[in-house]
Amino acid sequence: MNFKISESGYYGEFGGSYIPELLLPNIEELKSAFKRIVESTSFQRDFSKLLKEYVGRPTPLYYARRLSAHYNTNIYLKREDLCHTGAHKINNTIGQILLAQEMNKKRIIAETGAGQHGVATATVCALMGLKCIVYMGEVDMERQAPNVKRMQMLGAEVRAVHSGTKTLKDATNEAIRDWINHPEETYYLIGSVVGPHPYPHIVSIFQSVIGDEIKKQLQQSPDYILACVGGGSNAIGAFYPFLDDETVKLIGVEAAGLGLQSGKTAATLTLGSTGVLHGSKSKLIQTEDGQVVEPYSISAGLDYPGVGPVHAFLDQCGRVEYKNATDEEALIAAGLLTRLEGIIPALESAHAFAALEKINPLADENIVVNLSGRGDKDMETYQQKLKF
Amino acid sequence: MERNKLSDLLQTDKKNLLNIYSTAGYPAIDDTSNIILNAMNSGVDMMEIGIPFSDPLADGPVIQQSSQKALNNGMTLELLFEQLNEIKNKVNIPLLLMGYYNSILNYGTEEFCKKCQMVGISGLIIPDLPLEVFQSEYEDVFKKYQLHNILLITPQTTDDRVKKIDNASTAFIYAVSSASTTGTKTGISDSTAFLEKLSQMHLKHPVLTGFNINNRDAYLQACKYTRGAIIGSAFIKAISNNVKLADGINIFLSSIIQASK
Ligand SMILES: Cc1ncc(COP(=O)(O)O)c(C=O)c1O
Repeated sequence: MNFKISESGYYGEFGGSYIPELLLPNIEELKSAFKRIVESTSFQRDFSKLLKEYVGRPTPLYYARRLSAHYNTNIYLKREDLCHTGAHKINNTIGQILLAQEMNKKRIIAETGAGQHGVATATVCALMGLKCIVYMGEVDMERQAPNVKRMQMLGAEVRAVHSGTKTLKDATNEAIRDWINHPEETYYLIGSVVGPHPYPHIVSIFQSVIGDEIKKQLQQSPDYILACVGGGSNAIGAFYPFLDDETVKLIGVEAAGLGLQSGKTAATLTLGSTGVLHGSKSKLIQTEDGQVVEPYSISAGLDYPGVGPVHAFLDQCGRVEYKNATDEEALIAAGLLTRLEGIIPALESAHAFAALEKINPLADENIVVNLSGRGDKDMETYQQKLKF
Repeated sequence: MERNKLSDLLQTDKKNLLNIYSTAGYPAIDDTSNIILNAMNSGVDMMEIGIPFSDPLADGPVIQQSSQKALNNGMTLELLFEQLNEIKNKVNIPLLLMGYYNSILNYGTEEFCKKCQMVGISGLIIPDLPLEVFQSEYEDVFKKYQLHNILLITPQTTDDRVKKIDNASTAFIYAVSSASTTGTKTGISDSTAFLEKLSQMHLKHPVLTGFNINNRDAYLQACKYTRGAIIGSAFIKAISNNVKLADGINIFLSSIIQASK
């Protein structure tokens, strides 16, 4: 099976570049710049150096002794929460800011849900001295307030999005509209493996450092890798180098929100049908009339009605199994990890941990859970829901 | 070549073609039929009916809000087809549908095209369906149902690509006046160099100019270089303010058309 993207930007039937003609020159420019840059040794050198010295990579692969005992198996945590800014998002923003510099763009725009991608973008813009505008849904600005302050302190302008459901989907719409209105000077720094080709591919490549490190650190193939899936960037980053190794069971975990049947969910691959949103063909939660349904999840970073096209493809061909976890299951898993290991996970990552309840590993098997981010941003929600 | 009301109109020597955009199901769910008939009687040459979509990426605030309102009203694509079918025999101007690709994909492309032909649609504008995908997957089915695909060009489109789009077109080319979402800027005075260039390119197909045409001046400016103009956001605003729909339409259209026709 070939899991690589095709020349025209498709994973099987999914992907592509469904954008208005207005953005075509931008996409063409991006494609050729990316091609130039990934092959250049100076980029590889700058990228690795920044990941090492600025982000703090490689992140540890930590054997979670007490969590392993609890589930009677071997659980390793890939500590993306220890990256500078507290999540995997910065792997991608470092790569893309170098790309933006190569393209000589001075104005950076981004969308954000949980605020982690916004913070990671604001951070690299401060580092490079570039102007930064982050679009964020009004609802997310409230529930992830600490990240709004961080972005502002970093010098970014956070623009509240009041349209639609006022969450990640609408923030992405506004970022794309901004790009349409400022096509020449602006670089759109997208935060997950979504959007028109070549973004899903670019983000996958930059995030695949996660899986590359797991491979080196574990020195053997794990039996399972678990990761949460919003757009799907931390998941594909962890899975990428293992796609061809069929002995590794890859499990993506989507947010079921209040439950699959509740109508308040973000479990796109379980409930969605083929559709086009934000420039690519993938799975989408939509009505009979083709309107995108308001998603819901307690976790702002998973509260998205679409999913990266690569995941739609990996689901269809069965290489990755997609499960889901409700708000409540994620909260319980977060509490458990915190008390057993002294690590407070991001609500997004907590969904990956919740899936430990849904697999039946043997005592001698090895499981890697991608701990995509830390939970500081979610303290208010944790406090309310876990009542302490 | 697809023959229908649109190609017939373009074959006449009529100039200053006025194409009015209106979102289906807006302001009220059953207003669209009246808007079409009223506009037709006021001298509009063709109409473009927008299929409301939850995530209209290429649209500015005015059309976004009209889409959202239409959806809140309960508008659907199926209902639009029913409404269009009822007035089919009264409409003697070309009608186009403008929509996002997801609406069509979700309806089923062949079924969608078939319905379009049944209710008298002459052409489609699908801003997020790229030329290459259209050519490899949809050209034949559009032909089968005699639908023109209207492609967009912008000031950033290279001359080579303009020619490619001209070759792939069958009716007119939609020139987007400037790099923007709909109705985001006021007027098209910054676009004259682009439009002038187009007028000198000896394209096979006529060009209509759209985006940001907000009054008679902008309309005439567009018509100076191209075959006509498309007005969207300004029309939507005009029918948003008025208690009586017919008055809103007539006042706005007479401010545009006046004695120019
Ligand atoms: C910590 C963390 N994990 C996961 C995600 C979800 O994104 P993705 O699925 O692209 O990894 C986010 C998004 O904001 C996040 O902040």
